[in-house]
Amino acid sequence: MSEQAQLLPGTLDLLILRAVSLGPLHGYGILLRIGQISGDALLIEQGALYPGLFRLVRQGLLKASWGTSDNNRRAKFYELTGAGRKRLRQETDNWNRLVSAIAAALGTQPEEV
Amino acid sequence: MKFLDSLRFRISILFGRSRMEAEMEEELRLHVQHRADDLERIGLPRAEAERQARIEFGGHVRYKEESREAAGGTLLESVFRDVRHALRLLRKSPGFTAVAVMTLAAAIGANAVVFSALNATLLRPLNVPEPQSLYGLQFGEGVKGAQSYPNYLDFRDRNRCFEGLAAYHMTRVGLDTGKNPTRVWLYEVTGNYFDILKIQPRIGRFFHAADEQGAHSAPYIVLSYGYWHSHFQDDPGAVGRMVEINKRPFTIVGVAPPQFQGTFLLLSPDFFVPIVSLEDADTLNTRAGRWIFETIGHLKPGVTTAQAAADFNSIGDYLQTTYPKENGKMNVSLSRAGLYGETFERPLRAFVAALMLLAGLILLAACANLGSLFAVRAADRSREIAVRLALGSSRVRILRQLFTEALLLSLAGGAVGIFGGAMLLRRLSAWNPFPQFPTNVPLNPDANVYAVAALLAFISGILFGAVPVRQVMRSDPYDIIKSGSLAKLGRRITLREILLAVQIAICAVLVTSSLVAVRGLLRSLHSDFGFEPENVLLADTDLDMAGYEGEAVPAMQKRMLEAMRTIPGVASVALTNCAPLSSCGRLSMTSVYTDETSDLRPSTVAASPLQFQISPEFFAVAEMPVLAGRIFTPHDDKNAPLVAVINQVFAREVFGSSAKALGRYFKVSNGTRLQIVGIAKDGKYKSLADDSQSVMFLPILQAPTSASSLMLRSKSDPQRLAAAVRSRLQDLDVGMPVFIQTWPDALNRVLFGSRLATVALGVLGALGAILSMTGIFGMAAYSVSKRLRELGIRVALGARRNEVLQAALGRAIKLLAFASTAGLLLGILASRLLAAMVYQATPRDPLVLAGVVLAMASIGVLATWIPAQRALSIDPARLLREE
Repeated sequence: MSEQAQLLPGTLDLLILRAVSLGPLHGYGILLRIGQISGDALLIEQGALYPGLFRLVRQGLLKASWGTSDNNRRAKFYELTGAGRKRLRQETDNWNRLVSAIAAALGTQPEEV
Repeated sequence: MKFLDSLRFRISILFGRSRMEAEMEEELRLHVQHRADDLERIGLPRAEAERQARIEFGGHVRYKEESREAAGGTLLESVFRDVRHALRLLRKSPGFTAVAVMTLAAAIGANAVVFSALNATLLRPLNVPEPQSLYGLQFGEGVKGAQSYPNYLDFRDRNRCFEGLAAYHMTRVGLDTGKNPTRVWLYEVTGNYFDILKIQPRIGRFFHAADEQGAHSAPYIVLSYGYWHSHFQDDPGAVGRMVEINKRPFTIVGVAPPQFQGTFLLLSPDFFVPIVSLEDADTLNTRAGRWIFETIGHLKPGVTTAQAAADFNSIGDYLQTTYPKENGKMNVSLSRAGLYGETFERPLRAFVAALMLLAGLILLAACANLGSLFAVRAADRSREIAVRLALGSSRVRILRQLFTEALLLSLAGGAVGIFGGAMLLRRLSAWNPFPQFPTNVPLNPDANVYAVAALLAFISGILFGAVPVRQVMRSDPYDIIKSGSLAKLGRRITLREILLAVQIAICAVLVTSSLVAVRGLLRSLHSDFGFEPENVLLADTDLDMAGYEGEAVPAMQKRMLEAMRTIPGVASVALTNCAPLSSCGRLSMTSVYTDETSDLRPSTVAASPLQFQISPEFFAVAEMPVLAGRIFTPHDDKNAPLVAVINQVFAREVFGSSAKALGRYFKVSNGTRLQIVGIAKDGKYKSLADDSQSVMFLPILQAPTSASSLMLRSKSDPQRLAAAVRSRLQDLDVGMPVFIQTWPDALNRVLFGSRLATVALGVLGALGAILSMTGIFGMAAYSVSKRLRELGIRVALGARRNEVLQAALGRAIKLLAFASTAGLLLGILASRLLAAMVYQATPRDPLVLAGVVLAMASIGVLATWIPAQRALSIDPARLLREE
């Protein structure tokens, strides 16, 4: 557990969008999916997911509907809207550019300057 | 499309609030259940699994809060939250809330009332088409707007700058519709009146210029809508009916539209008749004696008022040179129609402007006082504000909350104020102090008034809400939590304190003045009038209205006197043209000359006495002492030498003393000589201020008049005679309209001016008291709040209650005492002015002084009550723990 990384601010939304892009999920399912696709490397307090979900719904990136979960419980399922899909693409590009820039910066050797 | 969706979503959030709340709660609960299911699957017992799941979930409340924020977050929603928050805070301090709402209600109510007076008299134009080009003519000297009929005709026919010229005159007549003869007000108007005003009848038709065919032609009546509504129940059949005016037959031809109530704002008529139908040829042909109230018309397009005035002046010059005996120099000017130019409009404008200024100052003072109260509140909440700032709440958000609170208060105050104001206005509109005169100024608040009140409420909310802004913007959370207060201790006299002292002083002046006025009023009710009004009934009629002329008048008057004498309970009866102090509106001054004067011109007038025409019994019935000589006898009639009784003032003015006057002669304006046979004691005749009014009494048989006021001295309550008097007079003539009142009642109406002044001062005094109270409250509360810790330490060290109070409130009380004393002294000085309005007002009256001191002391006690309670209830232990 201790080697789990703190989430950077603003990245939770991106993770949610990515998790949901693989198919409709309820809140707990999203957490499981994030754990699964990140190899359980990220530390997310479970409740922290919800403000993000509601924010994304309000921004029109996700839409929600009630359904039944595998556990045979009622659950609210989230899926991407068109706008959400577009946003995910943009954010992913941004992220990749950011990561490669930071990585390049961090990987720079003194003699290269 | 997207925008619409988001809008719909927001609205559904707003209204589906509780449903969404429930869903959110459900979703979070189900999350924990799902997690518990998984934990159960790996072997935990259910209860343990659920506990673990809850822990893993984290701060339930916090995430719910944040989710709500994330989902909602619209401006409207957060405003709602601010409002809820503000309401909760206001509920927690009911004293503050009550004081603030009351102060604002008084200030905004005062503004609303004054504004609707302005609205009703000056802003609202006459309800006629094109009111902006409608002007009245004002002539230089004397009765400003009045003109004689022949002069009017010349102005009408010779001017080239008006579309047409109409004239109207207000008069009272007896109207007999077949049932109960009544006295009503009408406008005598020129035939072209309605056409020039460009108005159309509601039903029937109007009369026109073509209907005028000399004296007593065109006997047509146009009813006002109000009279048609109240007396003919909106019956369209009224048109075409015959009625009698002053016993002459007239036909109702039409009804004026509802919004038209005549062309003079202060008097709306019951109906309109042509001037020529009511007046005889003599009156219509006399060029001297300007009697027609006002001449009005529309200015032609493109003509300026200056050009028009020049045009009319040249006609005036022509009239002066052509008829030098009848006409003087006419300085014609134009004034807006409706308020009779300088005579009414200018003083009214000045009066209303002064009132608006006063009301504005009251509102400003209220805002200043509430502002300091608000500053106290902000200071009291400094810790809360500091904590919120430290936790990352934005200053804007905190300010928004303070403003929300201020606006809520000001809107509540405004609502209460306009409600109270509207009730007051409704009563003022319905109130008619002079039943004989239909003064009709519709003061009912309209949309304008409500809008202005709402605007004022909003502005004042912003104004006093802005006072603590600097305080909040400057505050440093670190400092506050360390030291505990936003307020800095200071000993110097602040601007706020000076303002408060001025307010208290003004309040004390007003309280002093109103007490002086009340006492003066009470005293004048029991002063010496020079006659005894108790137990006298007045029955006022005008035989002119019942169709009597010439010889028939004295004969009828004799029969009336005889009929009255036979009523049981009547001790004595007299007849006069007007009872003193009865506001009959008939008393006029006449010019008299010494016997030696042969050239009777304005410059040689010896005195201008009021003229009473009386029956011999007058002095006995009025109990007016005759000091020397004799009273009249029934033999002082047409065939006897002409005689007069004069009062002491007259004797002194013309002859030097009463003794010298007796037996001497004087002349009236037509040159007739009258011998003075008696000297009556001075009294009050037209108003209570009459101290040096000369008066002459003439025998009614020698100076006949159709104006007949019967005075009956009763052995008991005169009101009981009223029914008998009415029925006896009806027996004599069914068609005679009578107005019956007791003499003391009539007197009350004479006191109207003093009463009004007293009430006005009282209202202002009450407003001043409310403002002072808020101000002192604010200051005392502030002082207690900022010294809370010091007071706590004093209490902990064993200070007694009065010592605590002195430390907490000493400064506020000192200020109150100082300012009240200054106000009282000023008030005593101001009362000298008051003596001009309220008869017998004097400030040298121990009761007044005691009253003022008591009033100011009560204001002090009331205002410092809440802060004093707070100071006394300080619990040092708790206070020190908190700090």
